Amino acid sequence: MSAAAADRMVRPVLRAGRWVRWYVRELTDESAYDRYVAHVRRHQGADAEVPSRKEFERRRTDAREGDPREGFRCC
Amino acid sequence: MPSTAQPAGKLSPRSIAVWTTVALIGAAGWAMLALARGEEVSAAWMVAAALGSYAIGYRFYARFITTRVLRVDRTRATPAERLDNGIDFHPTDRRVLLGHHFAAIAGAGPLVGPVLAAQMGYLPGTIWIVVGVILAGAVQDMVTLFFSMRRDGKSLGQMAREEIGPVGGAAALLAVLAIMIILLAVLALVVVNALAESPWGTFSIGMTIPIALFMGFYLRVLRPGRVTEVSLIGIALLLFALVAGRWVAESSWADTFTLEPGTLVIWILVYSFIASILPVWMLLAPRDYLSTFMKIGTIGLLAVGVVVTLPTLKMAGITDFAGVGDGPVFAGSLFPFVFITIACGALSGFHALISSGTTPKMIQKETQIRMIGYGSMLMESFVAIMAMVAASIIDPGLYFAMNAPAGVIGDNVQAASEAVRSFGYSISPDQLAAAAKAVEEQSLLSRTGGAPTLAIGVSNIFSEVVGGSGMKAFWYHFAIMFEALFILTALDAGTRVGRFMLQDMLGNVYKPFRRVSWWPGLLLSSAVIVALWGYFLWVGVHEPLGGINQLFPLFGIANQLLAAVALAVCTTLLVKSGRLKWAWVTAVPLAWDAVVTLTASWQKVFSTDPKIGFFQQRADYQEAIDQGKVIAPAKSMDDMHTVVTNSTVDGVLSALFALLVVVVLADAARTCVRAVRDPEGTRMREAPYRKSTLTAPAGLIATKEEKAEMAGMAGSAAAGRSGGGADGDSR
Repeated sequence: MSAAAADRMVRPVLRAGRWVRWYVRELTDESAYDRYVAHVRRHQGADAEVPSRKEFERRRTDAREGDPREGFRCC
Repeated sequence: MPSTAQPAGKLSPRSIAVWTTVALIGAAGWAMLALARGEEVSAAWMVAAALGSYAIGYRFYARFITTRVLRVDRTRATPAERLDNGIDFHPTDRRVLLGHHFAAIAGAGPLVGPVLAAQMGYLPGTIWIVVGVILAGAVQDMVTLFFSMRRDGKSLGQMAREEIGPVGGAAALLAVLAIMIILLAVLALVVVNALAESPWGTFSIGMTIPIALFMGFYLRVLRPGRVTEVSLIGIALLLFALVAGRWVAESSWADTFTLEPGTLVIWILVYSFIASILPVWMLLAPRDYLSTFMKIGTIGLLAVGVVVTLPTLKMAGITDFAGVGDGPVFAGSLFPFVFITIACGALSGFHALISSGTTPKMIQKETQIRMIGYGSMLMESFVAIMAMVAASIIDPGLYFAMNAPAGVIGDNVQAASEAVRSFGYSISPDQLAAAAKAVEEQSLLSRTGGAPTLAIGVSNIFSEVVGGSGMKAFWYHFAIMFEALFILTALDAGTRVGRFMLQDMLGNVYKPFRRVSWWPGLLLSSAVIVALWGYFLWVGVHEPLGGINQLFPLFGIANQLLAAVALAVCTTLLVKSGRLKWAWVTAVPLAWDAVVTLTASWQKVFSTDPKIGFFQQRADYQEAIDQGKVIAPAKSMDDMHTVVTNSTVDGVLSALFALLVVVVLADAARTCVRAVRDPEGTRMREAPYRKSTLTAPAGLIATKEEKAEMAGMAGSAAAGRSGGGADGDSR
């Protein structure tokens, strides 16, 4: 098998793998921190101050304490 | 997927051919289901009927509503775009949001209702699930999503108050709280019935608590935010707990985990109270991840299992109980009781709480509401169809032995076999014993609530794909675990929501209550909410007439009442926004829902059949008490008094629910009439138009035109955007 043919076979698999990883990270909101940092940097400049990931995740779960209707699921 | 650029009404020859085929497949499915008499039908036809109908409904009716009635505007910026803060408001890829929204609306509801409704045969329930979702349920979800999106994600309660009026708003708020209480009690009752006297189930469910605590600690301290990896660890531990459950059940520990229903009630109440006052990160958040993963995984597996095995339906299409209304699972005739027994999956008011609030803050484009709002609900409806399949493939004799109240069925296999014969079905005592042994349970008699029946059906389907009959017991407990897991999560989350609403109401009287961090208020209101649903749970477990039999109709009425509130808000908004000629889109489902709910409440209050009417029941039992007699299924004078008290409470609640529906409808009608008379004076609270700069496809698959448009946008905006999307085609 030539290198080009192997590349043709591997590429779609890698692409699918990347897509699944992206989808799972989005669905579980694991990407929330990256998204927030990107948002802050985009609006306040590249050297804007951002909370650490630990700090950010804490604030996010604690927000549900304030209003439990956020993230509520149905029967 | 047809192009959105094509004007409605003009179809290419190719799509005419495609849609004719789809229609024919659906019609063939319905024909086979309806015309088969006395022979067994393959579940394939049910799947074909449902999927064919959904496709037609989605392509034609939902599209008609979005383009002609709601007139979604793809140039209008959504709240996610306008108010993007990178946290709760952010434009989310439509495929991700579909997953989010579906995971939020689908739970135990669509799995329980159809199982109970199967006592009238699979046909009435199936027709209602499919027709109901296309014309009512999915419409309600999508239209609520639309109006909430136009109002920056306002909640249903806020919209009711602002757009209908303070009276309708207050009634809606009270309705939500009442429904929450009944919902939690019924869900908890389902869990109790599934776990009672089952050491395997009780142990594995008990283990989910330390697993969740570990996950919570991991996410809080060790590796914050790494949700995927901790969920995978959690799932692995969960499956291990499931396997270990069998060892425990066979060991000397079995007695420790063999709990009576009454004991389980205490444990569940204590658990829910403590869980609801602990910080979210400790128990609730990790449980949420676990149950969501399990939910999506199991529903996916079930869909594959049903399609691969295509089992045969053993239940009749229509049973005698449909006409007479004396079924053992729930009393009452087909109309109206099938339509309130199956709420989730056909028309569920609860979804309006999800469609207003979280989802509208994340939607990228107005055009996507069809996929997110209507599409997710169609998916949930398919879950309900699968539950119907699971309930209909098991032996009808076993179905009735499992779902009739203990007072009717007796406590041994001989009595149960005879009771089943009196319903017109047959199952031998040996078969009943063998069925329990196959799933390693002590008994399957009177395991009401739907979950165990569903678990038997699921274990039949799964074991045919993986593991053969030797795996039946594992799959049975897998299904029980999966249901109990998210019901326990719902008890925690629901108690919190109820508490929040109560704190808000009490805050009007005494200010500190509103501060969510004020401990005395927090403890007191949590205790009140748990005590309220705990009362109904306790009553349900000790009810001589069968808790599910008595409480499930109340739950159904309550859920459909919330649907009436949501549809009334939608109809009012359609009228107020000058769409009077299209108001039937939500007004017709509203009228149907109101007729069903009010008829059901009427019968529950005034029926002279003691099996249906709560007050007749009360009168009959009271009279017997006065004469010193005990009527079956009550066994003692204490039982008799219990029945009298419960019937009174249930009857009063039915009347209260009906009253709330009438108040909301009257207030909505008043607002509509005023809006028609004086269109100029109508105040709408819609957020003003702003032009959208985002481009995103409307449906699951981007059309050629949408791809070209996005390519054009990407060229001009490439410099401005960095980070964010891994997969480019969404941004």
